[in-house]
Amino acid sequence: MQGMSVIVKKIAQLMSGLIFVYGVYIITHGHLTPGGGFAGGALVAGAFILLILANGSEYIKLKRQEEGSSVVESTAVLLVLVLATTGLVAGSLVFFNNFLPTGIPGRLISAGVIPLYNIFIGMEVAAALITIFLALVIYKEEISK
Amino acid sequence: MTLFILCFLLFLVGIHGVLTRRNLIKVVISLTVMEFSIFLMLALIGYISGAEAPILGSEMVSGAPVVDPLPQAMVLTAIVIALATNAMLLTIAIRLYKKYGTFDIRRINELKG
Amino acid sequence: MDSSIIILFVIIPLFAAFLIPVIGRLVPGFQRIFTSSIMFVLLIISIIAVGESQDTMTYMAGGWEPVNGVPVAIYLVLDGLSRFLLIIINLLGFLSAFYAISYIKRYTGENFFYTLMCLMVAGMNGVVLSGDLFNLYVFLEISVISSYALVAFGVEKTELEASYKYQVLGGLASLLILFGIAMIYWRTGTLNIADIAIILTGEERNAFLVFVQLIMVTGFGIKAALIPFHAWLPDAHSSAPSPISAMLSGVLIKAVGVYVIIRLFFNMFQLDGGLASVITVIGAISMVIGVLLAIGQWDLKRLLAYHSISQMGYVVIGIGMGMILLARDGDKSVAALAIGGGLFHMINHAVFKGLLFLNAGSIEYATGTRDMTKMGGLARYMPVTLASSFSASMAISGMPPFNGFFSKLVIIVAAIQGGFYLLALLAVIAGIITLASFMKFQRYAFYDKSPQREVVKEVPFSMCFSMVTLAILCLVLSLLIFPGIREVFLGPAVNTLVETADYATKILNL
Repeated sequence: MQGMSVIVKKIAQLMSGLIFVYGVYIITHGHLTPGGGFAGGALVAGAFILLILANGSEYIKLKRQEEGSSVVESTAVLLVLVLATTGLVAGSLVFFNNFLPTGIPGRLISAGVIPLYNIFIGMEVAAALITIFLALVIYKEEISK
Repeated sequence: MTLFILCFLLFLVGIHGVLTRRNLIKVVISLTVMEFSIFLMLALIGYISGAEAPILGSEMVSGAPVVDPLPQAMVLTAIVIALATNAMLLTIAIRLYKKYGTFDIRRINELKG
Repeated sequence: MDSSIIILFVIIPLFAAFLIPVIGRLVPGFQRIFTSSIMFVLLIISIIAVGESQDTMTYMAGGWEPVNGVPVAIYLVLDGLSRFLLIIINLLGFLSAFYAISYIKRYTGENFFYTLMCLMVAGMNGVVLSGDLFNLYVFLEISVISSYALVAFGVEKTELEASYKYQVLGGLASLLILFGIAMIYWRTGTLNIADIAIILTGEERNAFLVFVQLIMVTGFGIKAALIPFHAWLPDAHSSAPSPISAMLSGVLIKAVGVYVIIRLFFNMFQLDGGLASVITVIGAISMVIGVLLAIGQWDLKRLLAYHSISQMGYVVIGIGMGMILLARDGDKSVAALAIGGGLFHMINHAVFKGLLFLNAGSIEYATGTRDMTKMGGLARYMPVTLASSFSASMAISGMPPFNGFFSKLVIIVAAIQGGFYLLALLAVIAGIITLASFMKFQRYAFYDKSPQREVVKEVPFSMCFSMVTLAILCLVLSLLIFPGIREVFLGPAVNTLVETADYATKILNL
């Protein structure tokens, strides 16, 4: 895939850092402001996709990265399930239990186990979107040879 | 009330697209337009005029009316499901183009009977 | 046994589905044995759930207890009808996964096949267990999106086209279902099925409720492939790989189509005579037109797919007759007989249609073709396939002592006792035409002596095991109609439907 001109590459490098930080902000403040795992994950994926589109690369390198992001996605979902099940196994036999202490509403470290869910779901959504994008790019490269 | 009628018009636009367009990708886009009209209608159902957003802050504690947050949670989940559906449809459409050589649905009819 | 066994049905396949890509890269050959053993564990748990106790169990996710009598949690409900369907889903899932150990070796991307299959089973388990409307929608989407990917698994021309058609129609159906759920939420303000049933009691019939019910029938009718919504089924079920065809035709159209119609119209909405007549007419049309379209087919799997539409028509007229009789306060025992016949036919159809699709897969594995004019003379080389397909053909045509005979007999007897003479006549005619088309299948596939038949071998052991198990079940399941065994299995399922108001009161402890 061809890269774009120098101006586009430089601006993409600057903007993708900002977009990544904004996405992480939305993920971690999911229990205080609207957003949470899904929306923040889509933003983080957007940052990576912007870099790939602007720079372009050979598809051999992208294949390795696609396997990596697929593994990250599966592991993140497994961690969500493990977190949800620990409430079931260790103690009160209830699925999705909120077992960490909830603090004062309005502060960053509060609301029990929900911020952890947000972080793992954000990782999973970002990895899934990057995997879909890389799969389509690799397919296009393969058929245009 | 007029907002609901506008959502219904958007739904009709989507159905017209699914039924009459010949290009594979245009059918996908019309399906997406239809889905968005349903999401808008869902979010409108929980709306109370003059109420605040349902965020735990000073308004909710003091007892002022807030908008119903349950349809908003439903819309978020439905958006993610629509994302998965779109990703699947577009992947199949790309592979169909490679196999048949055309995007026209009138030429992609090997399965008959 | 406390109620947290319910959640295992959903956690175990979800966990397995996401563990397979991670470990499958490191250990080759791991995923086949792992999936079969996971499905076997699920089957054992569902048998335990049937045998242990008979009453309704509810499970509140998150542990949120009802506040002032208003349910706020997402409920998972295990009652008689759910137990019945869980056995069908997990049994067929286990046998298809075992069959696929040898069959999928010929496709590429074997890893993802097992992931998608586990996701599909997890979705279907969630649909039959959920007590909450939006939870039902989410699990329905999980299983249906996995099936879109599975239909297009071997990426040939026809498979991609079939998957595209299936996806557009299925997406339309999901949209209508979401619209119906939005309308119900607007009216009642809650999403819990039992709570909606209590809010809607005593409301007389008005245009809004009829509109919502028709939207739900259309949406779930497209998923269940009833006529006139059947256009995706012949392409999708004939182009999928054979174990997936068996699961799609055997359980998916029942768990996300007919089961939800039964649950919503018996336990949630008030019984309505007009809508019950609409459902019965749709079932009768499906039954007749399905066989008429099936006779002229020469592609083996397309013939079987059209027969699925017709047999689903049998189930729907059984359920519809029961609904009509209950709505006009008729004889409750005849209604129970009709509903029992419909549910019994559901499990019979899962077993013999699954077996027929697995047979079609074996024939395709051995000879490489699905066209019935090119097969022939296979009787000498494939004895296991011959015996099991004979058993399945006799079962679907309704010959004693196979299980199809008993379920069709119960439906016809209930039709005559309830006064629906035209339905009984149509059921008999459809049965005769079914027999004719399966005689055609047997003759052209196995007995027609074509002189240049090259030697084909019998299929490998894992495929034979699944086929033989299902063929034995075709005979064993006819025992389900006898009075001692009926109370364990069919009885609770019929009771939750005949006593329509019991669902809401048992769950909310009023």
